[in-house]
Amino acid sequence: MLTVSTGNKAVAMAVKQAKPAVVAAYPITPQTEIVEQIAEYVTAKELATRYIAVESEHSAMAACIGAGVTGVRTFTATSSHGLLYMHEMTNWAAGARIPVVMANVNRALGPGWNIWAEHTDAMQERDTGWLQVYVASVQEAYDATLMAFRIAEHNDVLLPVMINLDGFLLSHIMQPLVADKIGDFIPPLHLPHAIDVTKPRGYGGLTGPDEHFKFRWDIERSMRDSRKVIEETQAEFNRRFGREYGWTEDYRCEDADVVVLSLGTLGKEAEMAVDSLRKEGIRAGSMRVRWFRPFPKLDLNGRDVVVIDRDYSFGFGGVLARSIEAKNRVDLFSVIAGLGGQEVTYDDIAGFIRNRRMGEEFWFGVSGDV
Amino acid sequence: MLKAAGPDSVLVVPACCTSVIQGIYPNTAMNIPVYNVGFATAAASASGMSAAFRSMGKKTNVIVYAGDGGTLDIGIQALSGAFERGTDFLYICYDNEAYGNTGMQRSGGTPLGAKTTTTPGGKTDFKKDIDAIVAAHEPPYQATACAAYPQDLFKKVQKALTFRGPTFIHVLAPCPPGWRYETGKSVEVGKLAVKSGMWVLYEREYGKLTITGPSKAAIKKPVPLEEYLAPQGRFKGIDRKALETLKQRVDRTLKRFAQEEAGVC
Repeated sequence: MLTVSTGNKAVAMAVKQAKPAVVAAYPITPQTEIVEQIAEYVTAKELATRYIAVESEHSAMAACIGAGVTGVRTFTATSSHGLLYMHEMTNWAAGARIPVVMANVNRALGPGWNIWAEHTDAMQERDTGWLQVYVASVQEAYDATLMAFRIAEHNDVLLPVMINLDGFLLSHIMQPLVADKIGDFIPPLHLPHAIDVTKPRGYGGLTGPDEHFKFRWDIERSMRDSRKVIEETQAEFNRRFGREYGWTEDYRCEDADVVVLSLGTLGKEAEMAVDSLRKEGIRAGSMRVRWFRPFPKLDLNGRDVVVIDRDYSFGFGGVLARSIEAKNRVDLFSVIAGLGGQEVTYDDIAGFIRNRRMGEEFWFGVSGDV
Repeated sequence: MLKAAGPDSVLVVPACCTSVIQGIYPNTAMNIPVYNVGFATAAASASGMSAAFRSMGKKTNVIVYAGDGGTLDIGIQALSGAFERGTDFLYICYDNEAYGNTGMQRSGGTPLGAKTTTTPGGKTDFKKDIDAIVAAHEPPYQATACAAYPQDLFKKVQKALTFRGPTFIHVLAPCPPGWRYETGKSVEVGKLAVKSGMWVLYEREYGKLTITGPSKAAIKKPVPLEEYLAPQGRFKGIDRKALETLKQRVDRTLKRFAQEEAGVC
C-alpha cells in the first residue's frame, strides 16, 4: 500500500502491525505523534493493545519491563529528556533481558529548552545494552521498526532495540511510504524466562561478585550474536519486501578518495554533497552509519575520512568520530554540526569535505570558515 | 500474607529489606515468582505486569511489596499514577518508618521525635499521611494492619484480593535494630502502637471507614503514649515539646477517625 506519512506515523503504523500486547505512553515533543497515533488505533479497535498512559518516562520503561517479563511484546516511544529520565530503566530492560522496542525521536537536551534534532540523547544510552539503529527516511523508520521487533525478540538476542529518528527533520516531514502486509515476518515471542506461577523463580535478586559478571558477559555475548541476527533479518526483509538495508548506507563509496560518515538525516544531505563534489572532480562518497550498537565494522582503508557528529561528549569529542577512530586506523576530520537543530545544508557538507583538515576538530558555526 | 494470596500470585519488590531476605542468587526463599524492580518503579512495573496478565486473560494476583521509602518517598509518583489509572493490583507497604537496608535514615514515614542516623536529634517533621494520599485516589479498598496482629493482616489481604482495581494495605512493621528495642519485644511494641493510638487499624471500602480489631477500644481509651515510646531507643530523650506535639497529633487523629466513622465530619 502506497501512502504518504510522517516519520512518527510510519513508526506507529509498524507498531500497529507488530501488535504489541502492551504499549506504555508518555508525551514529549517531538515524539508525541507516535503515541497519539497508537491511541487512535486502540480507540478505533484497529489494535488490541493494553495502552498504559503512564505518569512519566521512568514509569513507561518500568511498565514495559513489568509487562515484558510475562512474555508479551511491548513498545514505547520517547525523546530527549524523556529518554534520560528513563535511563535507570533502560539499563534495567537490557539487564533483565526484556526485548522492549522503543522509538527515540532525537532531540537536544536542556538547558535551555530546545526541541530540535540532536543525537546526544541517544548517545548517552550507548552503554546500556540496547541495540541502536539510526534511520534517515520515513520508509526506513517504518522498515526499521518492523525489523526491530524481530531482532530484539530473537532467541539469540533478547535485548531491547532503539530506533532513532531525527526530531522534526524526520519525525514531522511527509514522504511516500510503502506499507506491506507483514505476514509472519515477526514470529510470536517466546521469552524463555517468562514468569510462570507454576514454576516460581526469583528475578533480579541479590547477585554476588561471583555471578554478576557472568550476566554482564551474557549481555555482551548476545550483543555479538545480534550481528548475525541483524544481517539475517535485513536479508529476509529484502527477500520479502524488496528493500535492502545494511550496517551502513553507502553512496558512491567504491572509488571514493574521501568518505563522509554521519548518522540520520545528515546522511541524506551528505549524498547531495557527494553529487555536487563529484561534478567538481572530487571523488567523494557517503557512508551513513545505520547501526550504532552493535558498532559496525567499517571499510575505510586508505581513504580520507570526514565524520559529522550531531552530538558531543564534552572533554572528549564527537561520539561517532571518536568511536570510528577507536575501532579503525584512520586519521579523520571531525565536524560537529547540527546541534539543537542547527541548519546544515548539503553545500555546508560539501564545504566540510572540500576543505577538510585531517586530524582536526571543527565546530560548525563556531570555528569560523572551514 | 503469601498464604492469603495463594499460588497464582507474583510479588513485585522494589529495593527494600525484602530484596535481601528473599535470598541470594540462584536461590529464592519465596514460593511464588518474585520480580525485583527499580526503587521508584514498583507500582509502574506492576501496572505493566497486570496489563500483560489481563491481556492474556490471566487473573494472576500482582502484589507489590514495598517499604516506606519505596512507597512514601521515591515511589510515590508511580504509586499515584498506578492508582489513578485504576491498575488491577494490590499494593502492600510494610512500614518500619525509616530506610532500613541502608542503616536507618529518616524517611517520609519516620514519626516526629524519632532518632535516625540522619535525624540524630529526633525528627522535626510529622510522618507523611500516605493513607490519606491513597484515599484521595478513591481506591475500592484500602486498609491498615500491624505485624503484631497477623490474623487481621491475613484477612485484609484476602479481602483486598477480591476487589478489581487498585487496593492498598499499609502495614506497620516494628523493627528491632531501627527502633532500638530487644527483638523479643516486637509483638509487644506493635500492640502498643495500636493501643496507644499511634497506629490505627481500619478498612476503607469504597471510601467508607471501618475501625477494626483492637483499635475499636484504643480509639475510645488509648493507653498513654509514653508506654509505646518508652521501650524504644529511637524516642529516648525526646524533648518535652516534641512529645506534647506528638500527643496532640495522636489525639487529633483519633478524634478525626471516631468522628468520620460516626458520620459526624
